[in-house]
Amino acid sequence: MLTLRVNGKVHHVDVDPDTPLLWVLNEQLGLMGTKYSCGIGECGACTVYVDGENTLSCITPAGDVEGMEITTIEGLKGPVADAIRQAWIEEDVPQCGYCQPGQIMAAAALLNSNPNPNDDDIDAAMSDILCRCGTYQAIRRGIHCAAKRYNHEKK
Amino acid sequence: MKKSEIDYGRRKFLKVSYIAGCALLADIYFPGCSSKTENKNRRDNLCAPDAWIKIGSDNTVTVIVNHSEMGQGITTAFPMIVAEELEADWSKIRFEIAPAAEIYKNPAFNYQMTGGSTSVRTSFNILRNAGATLRELMIAAAAKTWNAAVSECRAENSRVFHRAGKRSLTYGELIDKAANLPLPKNIPLKKPAEFKIIGKRMPRLDTLEKVYGSAVFGTDVKMPGLLTATVVHPPVFGTKLKRFNSGKTRALPGVRDVVVINEGIAVVADTFWQARQGMEALEVEWTKSSGENPDSEKISQRWAKLANKEGKTIYKIGDVDKFFKKNNNIIRSIYELPYQAHATPSPMNCTAQVRDNRCDIWGPTQNQDAVQEVASKITGLDYASINVYTTFVGGGFGRRISADYAAEAVQISKKVKAPVKVIWTREEDMQHDFYRPASYNVMQAVLNHKGLPVAWMHRIVGADHLAQRLPERIPLKMPYKTPRLLRNLTEYLSGKLVSPVMAGMHAKEGAVPLPYNIDNVRLNFVNDDPGIPLGPWRSVSHSANAFIVECFIDEIAALTGRDPYELRYELLSHDPHMRNVLELAARKSGWGKPLPDGIHRGISFHEYHKTILCFVAEVSVSRTGKIKVHRVVCAIDCGIVINPKIIEVQMESAVAFGLTATLKSAITIRKGRVKQANFDDFPILRMNEMPKVEVHLVKSTNPPTGIGEAGVPLIAPAVANAVSSAAGKRIRKLPINLN
Repeated sequence: MLTLRVNGKVHHVDVDPDTPLLWVLNEQLGLMGTKYSCGIGECGACTVYVDGENTLSCITPAGDVEGMEITTIEGLKGPVADAIRQAWIEEDVPQCGYCQPGQIMAAAALLNSNPNPNDDDIDAAMSDILCRCGTYQAIRRGIHCAAKRYNHEKK
Repeated sequence: MKKSEIDYGRRKFLKVSYIAGCALLADIYFPGCSSKTENKNRRDNLCAPDAWIKIGSDNTVTVIVNHSEMGQGITTAFPMIVAEELEADWSKIRFEIAPAAEIYKNPAFNYQMTGGSTSVRTSFNILRNAGATLRELMIAAAAKTWNAAVSECRAENSRVFHRAGKRSLTYGELIDKAANLPLPKNIPLKKPAEFKIIGKRMPRLDTLEKVYGSAVFGTDVKMPGLLTATVVHPPVFGTKLKRFNSGKTRALPGVRDVVVINEGIAVVADTFWQARQGMEALEVEWTKSSGENPDSEKISQRWAKLANKEGKTIYKIGDVDKFFKKNNNIIRSIYELPYQAHATPSPMNCTAQVRDNRCDIWGPTQNQDAVQEVASKITGLDYASINVYTTFVGGGFGRRISADYAAEAVQISKKVKAPVKVIWTREEDMQHDFYRPASYNVMQAVLNHKGLPVAWMHRIVGADHLAQRLPERIPLKMPYKTPRLLRNLTEYLSGKLVSPVMAGMHAKEGAVPLPYNIDNVRLNFVNDDPGIPLGPWRSVSHSANAFIVECFIDEIAALTGRDPYELRYELLSHDPHMRNVLELAARKSGWGKPLPDGIHRGISFHEYHKTILCFVAEVSVSRTGKIKVHRVVCAIDCGIVINPKIIEVQMESAVAFGLTATLKSAITIRKGRVKQANFDDFPILRMNEMPKVEVHLVKSTNPPTGIGEAGVPLIAPAVANAVSSAAGKRIRKLPINLN
């Protein structure tokens, strides 16, 4: 039995501790927003936060993150998350949408650490999250838009 | 796992809604929950315009979209088209993906399929008529309520107003009255100048659920008692399962069963991870292939030899031979293209529940009728007993036009007698795709004294994807009630009779007819199918052929010292629409103006099913041969623009999708199997590699054409032509490799 803290709630799950966190989120906890795409940590669709750090849940054994604070797209909240989501809606960033939970997690993490990212910062922070539909420029627009919105609201 | 709920995530707000002229239906058709009779009624009662629009008593307007949403924005475009004529309040517009039903067949194919950029072009007038008819019905209902003349009433924002303006009723308030009125007929449609919604940058209707992670994709389907399976296929094409030992697998926790299916072997477990562990523990032996295993290098060598053969003439205008015999001013080049994988972000997956008298299927399909057909074949049930519920599609690009993964889900559910969700691993997905065909091309042209091509010969050596896939498609065109025997016979005969004749008919798409004014053109096809499974890949044959044609045109320009834009301009003198697009791209890209050091331009022009496009790419090449695409300018004439914002991002999407194939990845065959397995050896374009994309639309009042695939063919030649200029050597092979 593992004890996982996900989105502020404590869950006791009966699962092999080697099971990747992704599948525990999807299948044991019913949190489907975190997506499987490559399973080898190449694409970032499965990005979650573990103790606030971007983490690829498809290659992270659930047993390794026991007791740590896990945040998924469903639990992503706060002013930065709001600014990102609002910007994503304004810019209509998603196309097929499958990778977007990962994109949004990474974008919110970027904005939390750097409220005024330039294009190079965005490239550095976002280039590990693949989007086959090619929403990259929309993501860039979205991050700039969110930064503006967030910084304006802070004032 | 919380298994007590069926969480499909679709909208649950719908109340009793009016199905004009047919019946009142309680309209939560909850996937898997509607009884067989309800479902039958639903199918029997659907008739236009009610098949497309539902108005709720809460004044919501729901547009039924008979195409799959895979990112192309169709669940926004269709509601916009309906709302325009219906005079609907945009804030009250919703969408629903249509179930599989005969009325929803795509007129372009005569089966229910999303592909070929056909959605808007085939549905524009159907949806406008439906909207206009329902609007007039609402007006008639209001007029009747007020005892006023219809001519005194007008509709706006989902509300009918009486002329004086003092009285008004919402559509929702009018549905009961409207139910008893006859459907108005022959309603004139708006002129483009009257459009209020069409042509505007309306927000997408599918964004909200996609930013909260609540959008339901195929892998997100849940229901009580659901088992999860994963499948392993024979790694070498053309081989089969010989024997297996499932002892270790069955001993693992959570594993429920190991099931042999037509395509391979499936491990069924409580969860995907358990199934995957089970798959790894499986001891499997595959049969040996009967002949020599295909291999990319050997295929290429064989095709080079076959290229000396004449092949079958698929297309011919003028008299090419006359010019080739007489002239020695001939230019000749070889172009080679590799197999390409779709690499959809969501690997193949599908959920099925087979019961004695019905079969329910939930999945991200692009081809609902193909899903019905495979399910009907496997279960013996007729179409009326098979229900297909389409989820959001996590990337389609043509891959999900095949229904192989659905067939697997149905087979497994039938065997284990439980609902089963099949999820492929990325590795299985990459290695068991239906690939964009590889091809070997001989290009020849005769130039006149001005350096203009007067005769053009294109020989394609390879396989035709549609010749391979056609037998399984033709039965889909038949009415639902067609007996199984007749369907099977049709498929069999199509394979025997139609496929051989068809070979080349689709492979020529995008190669001929040329947009250019060349009087003598011939396309030959040398049919040689190495047995690699083929399928449509975003823009289908155009993706390969536009690269070949547009690079060859640039070669002619280079050889004759002409500017590549000027040569195209000259060759398009017969078509002002095409010239207009070419000029627009040149103007907006600053063609002919100086560029910063190290930046080179390349141009490409193409027509994709009446969508006319021109791309200009700005590219630099580093000393080490690394290629960077900085900017792509796109000019497009796609007729009436439904939503410019969606077109812009579809061009960005086409550029990104096409650049992966242009610069980064290909599928190679080694010893009969696909060498690549995941995104580490089939890398996808990343954010830091994405160029700026600028889109310029031609204003038009012509009927809308398509946009989802149209941009893909142009990016490879635009970039290749720029690289040829930068690197000083012609690019005739993809992906581009300067080392």
